[in-house]
Amino acid sequence: MTTTTELAGSPPADGDAPARGSRSRRGSGGGLGSYLLIRFLLIFPTIFILVTTVFFLMRTTGDPITAALGGRLPADQLAERIHEAGYDRPLFVQYLDYLGSIAHGDFGTTLSDRRPVTEVLVTFGAATLELAVYALIVAFIVGIPLGLVAAYFRDRSADAALRVFAILCYATPVFFAGLLLKLIFSVWLGWLPVAGRASTGSEIQLQTLDHPTNIYLIDALRTGDGEIVRDVLEHAVLPAVALGLLTAGIFLRLVRTNVIGTLGAGYVEAARSRGVRESRLLRKHAYRPALIPIITVIGLQIALLLGGAVLTETTFEWKGLGFQLAQYLGARDFVAVQGIVAVLAVIVAVTNFIVDVIAALIDPRVRY
Amino acid sequence: MATVVPAPAAPGRRRRSWRKLPVVHQVRQSVGLQRGMLVAGLVLTGVFVFTAVFAPLLAPYEFGQLRDGDGPFGAQQHPSGDHLLGTTVGGYDVLSRVIWGTRTALLVIVIAILLSIVAGVLLGLVSGYFGGWLDRVLVVICDAVYAFPSLLLAIVVAIVISGGQSSLWGGIFAAAISITVVFIPQYFRVVRAETVRIKAEAFVESARVIGAGHRRIMGRHVLRNATRTLPLILTLNASESILTLAGLGFLGFGIQPTAAAEWGYDLNKSLSDVTSGIWWTSVFPGTAIVLTVLGLTLVGESLNDLADPRLRSRRAADDPPPAGAVEPGGALVPSGGYVA
Repeated sequence: MTTTTELAGSPPADGDAPARGSRSRRGSGGGLGSYLLIRFLLIFPTIFILVTTVFFLMRTTGDPITAALGGRLPADQLAERIHEAGYDRPLFVQYLDYLGSIAHGDFGTTLSDRRPVTEVLVTFGAATLELAVYALIVAFIVGIPLGLVAAYFRDRSADAALRVFAILCYATPVFFAGLLLKLIFSVWLGWLPVAGRASTGSEIQLQTLDHPTNIYLIDALRTGDGEIVRDVLEHAVLPAVALGLLTAGIFLRLVRTNVIGTLGAGYVEAARSRGVRESRLLRKHAYRPALIPIITVIGLQIALLLGGAVLTETTFEWKGLGFQLAQYLGARDFVAVQGIVAVLAVIVAVTNFIVDVIAALIDPRVRY
Repeated sequence: MATVVPAPAAPGRRRRSWRKLPVVHQVRQSVGLQRGMLVAGLVLTGVFVFTAVFAPLLAPYEFGQLRDGDGPFGAQQHPSGDHLLGTTVGGYDVLSRVIWGTRTALLVIVIAILLSIVAGVLLGLVSGYFGGWLDRVLVVICDAVYAFPSLLLAIVVAIVISGGQSSLWGGIFAAAISITVVFIPQYFRVVRAETVRIKAEAFVESARVIGAGHRRIMGRHVLRNATRTLPLILTLNASESILTLAGLGFLGFGIQPTAAAEWGYDLNKSLSDVTSGIWWTSVFPGTAIVLTVLGLTLVGESLNDLADPRLRSRRAADDPPPAGAVEPGGALVPSGGYVA
């Protein structure tokens, strides 16, 4: 149990916590194979718990049909609709039914526009994925080099400035960052578009492709039209920066803390005394070992990115899952909300698994 | 955050005991840049709390006021003598809403943190102390909840509690409880880990030998020692709860403008203003959020760094650290396994 203790001991708010929790329930023995198997099996209780929690929480408010239409329909019609949808059955029966359909990949049908949640996921998930990837790229480009610089100039003015920058990145709500960027670069300077994923002209062209991936950059490249590619990229800059800076601040802090740790290690001193150049020392000797906790924390960032994506997409009218979720929230369509949240739970559980596997492959110490 | 950090100094200690109070002790312990960051954070937090407490005296108008003796304020008015920061699209005075907003934020922070500490510490203590299947189940549940995007969880809880529309206290409690659910796993994990560690210590063993009951051991011996790292998480959580509150407000789960002022809600309403170049409705509430979170985070980060010997700025050689840098009580002692 000691291993779990150590992992759980790190406060999650602290950037360098490696605790992707459920990693080491079974302690000793076994090699990589059994670790991966156990870690894989742990996906299921995670998803099960989240889905169950969300189901019962949402249902304590009453049934979704009353929530969506209550007061707008006469009582008898309302009762009929509730009966049709099966919401008048005992809660536990509904729950089993729900679990059964999730196991078959059916996350329900939205009330407001009568679409299967899986279809909503396919249509809008690509947009969210695209935004998340852009944001991660921004976060890497900004966060990691600046973190190295801050660690190297520890306690000097460059470090101070960078740390305040990191805290500012974290302290600025992603939608306020988005509003500011919009105000400056779109409204005042007029350099970049205000909102959306592409201008109407490009969007029409993109729709005409057969089998669109809905990842606009890929679709735009497929059209082979340089103008469309530029248009799509221009639209992506501000949302990506707004969401990316949020994560960049965390990366910066994380790299700084860990590199400070490795810079003090004996082998760095040894390498320095052998005459290894400072820049190489920083990049190879100090940075490489510090990379492992960073990879683990990326798993955490996926959850943060998804949460942030809801706000960023609303700010920029980026028509992804988060934007859609906000629309359904506004329409009080709680079937859709529950469905999307359940889908996201699956995504989070699976990404965390992948991240843990990568961490285990890189660092033998992780697989106990 | 001096108001929330529990002050362990017992009355009747020696005269210089104020120096050992939490925060005060850390300010004295810090040097140079680190002290600057800590003090800046404390000042920002102080201003925030001051504004929240004296909001009725500071704000020129009520948060829900639309007109005064001279008639309605008018919507989207430029900043002027009457309305220093202009008016919103709904015709409210921006400055007043920014000031009143501190009060909502403070209430939510305090309620959320109190609730999550009580629940998280209790669960962590029981779970870590007794172990067994209850422990395993709670750990898996908390890991699952912790891994999930906190904003989404908060949205679900907000729907449950208020159905989305809320009065002042309904809204404040909805936001606070949503945030609590997100935070419980964090306190749970820390306290549980510490409990498991302390449970194996000799003094717990000896307490058991002399016949102390579970309740006494948990309350006196384990709890006192397991909660020392909490102030760190507390300040960081305080800032996170403001961001969650604002996020909820921005998505339309805020408190109605007539019930209380909430920055996230105001930012949501200013979304369309920005496109037409109206900046004052978004910039000021947004800046209020940033400054508050900045202040709390600076305090939290500085305390964190001071507790971590790897990150603590080194004192000049001619100024030796006070004997026993680990103070009884107040000090935030780094515990094993804390810095992963």
